[in-house]
Amino acid sequence: MVLSVRDLVTLLHGIGFGALFLLAFSGAIGVIYATAAGSEIWSSSSIHNKMFRFYLLSMAGFAWLAVLSGTYIVYPWYRAVPPPGTTDLSHYPQKLLLSNPMTAGWHELGMEWKEHVSWFTPIVMTMVAYVFITYGPQLARHRQMRNAVLGFTAAAFISTFVGGFFGAMLNTRAPTGGGPEIVLMGHK
Amino acid sequence: MDAAPEDEGVGLLPNGPGAAAILGAAIGSLALGVFSFAGDTWPGMRRAFIFWDPSGPLSGESTLAVGVWLLAWGVLSLLWRSRNVRLARINRISFAMLVAGFLLTFPPFVDMLQGQ
Repeated sequence: MVLSVRDLVTLLHGIGFGALFLLAFSGAIGVIYATAAGSEIWSSSSIHNKMFRFYLLSMAGFAWLAVLSGTYIVYPWYRAVPPPGTTDLSHYPQKLLLSNPMTAGWHELGMEWKEHVSWFTPIVMTMVAYVFITYGPQLARHRQMRNAVLGFTAAAFISTFVGGFFGAMLNTRAPTGGGPEIVLMGHK
Repeated sequence: MDAAPEDEGVGLLPNGPGAAAILGAAIGSLALGVFSFAGDTWPGMRRAFIFWDPSGPLSGESTLAVGVWLLAWGVLSLLWRSRNVRLARINRISFAMLVAGFLLTFPPFVDMLQGQ
């Protein structure tokens, strides 16, 4: 059982950072709402509040890691240009998709949208973390700010979902494989 | 912009820093959409956005959008750090910017604007 370095990095980008981040969304929306409801357990000095600050900062950190690893590690593998005369495009995902009219849309819609829309998430989640850390339980009294934070968090969820969905679909159609291989398990 | 008293209680932090963060994120999001659209529409812009060749124009579009976001956030924070502002209006403007930025990254919408 082997895994290439590119497979591993792509997994880390998509599942390690992206999917973990996506899973954390429901918790973030629930707790921002609960905090803003003014419950005593969310006072600014409570352990719950401190933990949730860490939770939001971690989410923002995962979002940055996902877009930076995607833009500067995985995407260059995806858009690599094959040498002239190359007929096997399996290590050139973008060119592989564009070589067939039945798969070109995955690049023209999927990757073209994913590569940009994903960048909304770290910007928005950094703002959300900042606002929560600054205001904490006071969001219960700044209702318009709480509503904006919840709305932006929902928007970040949508952009992450778009990025994750197309990332998964693109990787099934044209995986960014290749490079050195890591043997996970030998043949018995 | 539209600073106005909106006192919501004693001991309450002013809403200016939060409003600056919200509007700053919205400006950064719109900038991302505008740069994405510009790179897709004009070949000269596309070339100008290539800050790092392996990632192509995305490297410049995303870097500049992050720069615009941080700059906008920083300037607004300085202006509003101890003020209360009309957050309802800023929220409406921010969501409009967010939606516009989102649409400008959506290829069918971009194609429509380009008349394709």
